[in-house]
Amino acid sequence: MPQALIIGIGNPDRGDDAAGRLVAQRLSAMAVPHVTIRETDGEATRILELLDGAAKVFLVDASVSGAPPGTIKMFDVVRAPLPEAAFGLSTHGFGLAEAVELARTLGTLPPECIVYAIEGKAFETGAAPSAEVATAVDALVARIAGELAD
Amino acid sequence: MTDKSGKKTIKVDLLARVEGEGAFKVVVRNNKVERAELRIFEPPRFFEAMLRGRAYSEAPDITARICGICPVAYQMSSVHAMENVFGVKVEGQLRALRRLLYCGEWIESHVLHLAMLHAPDFLGYAGGIEMAKDHPAEVQLALDLKKAGNEIMTFVGGREIHPINVRVGGFYKVPRKRDLAPLCERLVVARDKAGALVEWVSKFDFPDHERDYVFVALRHPDEYPFNEGNIISNTGLDIPPSDYARHFAESHVPYSNALQAHMLDGRSYLCGPLARYNLNFEQLSERARDAAKTAGLGREIRNPYRSIVVRAVETLYAFDEAVRIIDAYEEPEAPHVDYEVKAGIGFGATEAPRGLLYHRYRLEADGTIAEANIVPPTSQNQASMEEDLMSFVGDMLDLPEIELQHRCEQTIRNYDPCISCATHFLKLEIDRG
Repeated sequence: MPQALIIGIGNPDRGDDAAGRLVAQRLSAMAVPHVTIRETDGEATRILELLDGAAKVFLVDASVSGAPPGTIKMFDVVRAPLPEAAFGLSTHGFGLAEAVELARTLGTLPPECIVYAIEGKAFETGAAPSAEVATAVDALVARIAGELAD
Repeated sequence: MTDKSGKKTIKVDLLARVEGEGAFKVVVRNNKVERAELRIFEPPRFFEAMLRGRAYSEAPDITARICGICPVAYQMSSVHAMENVFGVKVEGQLRALRRLLYCGEWIESHVLHLAMLHAPDFLGYAGGIEMAKDHPAEVQLALDLKKAGNEIMTFVGGREIHPINVRVGGFYKVPRKRDLAPLCERLVVARDKAGALVEWVSKFDFPDHERDYVFVALRHPDEYPFNEGNIISNTGLDIPPSDYARHFAESHVPYSNALQAHMLDGRSYLCGPLARYNLNFEQLSERARDAAKTAGLGREIRNPYRSIVVRAVETLYAFDEAVRIIDAYEEPEAPHVDYEVKAGIGFGATEAPRGLLYHRYRLEADGTIAEANIVPPTSQNQASMEEDLMSFVGDMLDLPEIELQHRCEQTIRNYDPCISCATHFLKLEIDRG
């Protein structure tokens, strides 16, 4: 069975921006077999390095797209680029959407590459994640764990 | 967009390729630049407040979280300040390892900025991805170099993004000499590639603009400055970090909730690669000095657009210095030196990739932090960024709007502004009367 890579993206000190990393940490605690889990801050070239050579990747990040907070969206980025504007917040402006496109351009995009986005509400420095995002983190952890078990 | 009164406002939605968030407004009246204002939406001094009441020993880990791009600089300024309070000096191989960690950070930060964020400005691309389509080899080169810097960070810092191995007095754990050998081999290979990076950026077209800057950087008698030295300038300043507040002051400007630093006489100043290069050229390694000459850099540079070449030269230097440190490395007897915790005020000034980073702490007798003051390089460069726009944009007003916006962005990016310590995007607005 090929190893799946889960990458949790975000800044743990900025409220809902922590969503992706919380998902990664929770999955890590579950010790799902055949899964590697990494966390990163969302800087594009760091994501790119993590993607390099991976066969099956799940990236989890916070988004700001105007959807209700806590909404979970799935994007198959092998088929189409991410809607860029929604992901700016989780990074330094050179983040996940750029990493995916850079990987595509350089031919290093993994053959299976799924992005899960949790819509955030508040990104204040030092704040805890919102209740909506905490609920969504629970749901997404269960969903990914289920997919990995299949 | 022109309204009924004839006032023209142009907005760039997002200036994403800086590390952080902010907005720039240029006000033009009668075809003259009247004002340039940088607004940074910084959560007001969150980390300084967070540090108060915490143990001195927590400062390296807390301050490292301020910036994902330059955590080492924050850690180092904080540990130096604490060591300054306790009267402890970290020397020999422990000091060298700190420099090695610095090399990793400079490489990562400089390469990310110059290749992925700034180079597209010079080559006429909207961003790194568009550039990668036409320049895949150069982008791959940059990624390889950045990865090498990352390896140093992981190896010495214990973790790639927010190193956890740094503590007051030294490190928690030091590397074995034999474990460093394979890293060194990879760094030697990467060093050659860094030479190619210098060559690449040296061929860009540089807008012909210069200003009489006050350059401010650290200076150490024996080495290119990373984490130690007096604060000096090209106008005769030469002070220990403890005198910083006697010569520089931070103030609030009405349009930004971040603080802006000036010299006490009100002048702006520039810190970062250009200042370091101009004030410490002789301290660069021979390889870096030669590369600078071949790249056409003079002994003194006043054109801020050439900072991209200086960043590449400093990247080459960082590889050179890393190889030198590893070659000379002997495992120290202990991973840290002992010290006695006591009350006092301590100062630390180090060279973050984007410039001088000053920390001041007041500690209680048990080592609890009573006061913390952090002056990041971007707040020191803010006034200079504004003045660059003031003096350069005037010559560009006849350019097509979109090109003018790009030039403004390129000008701001000369400083590699790290606003990520705060937030995310920089908006640019040109308001023409």
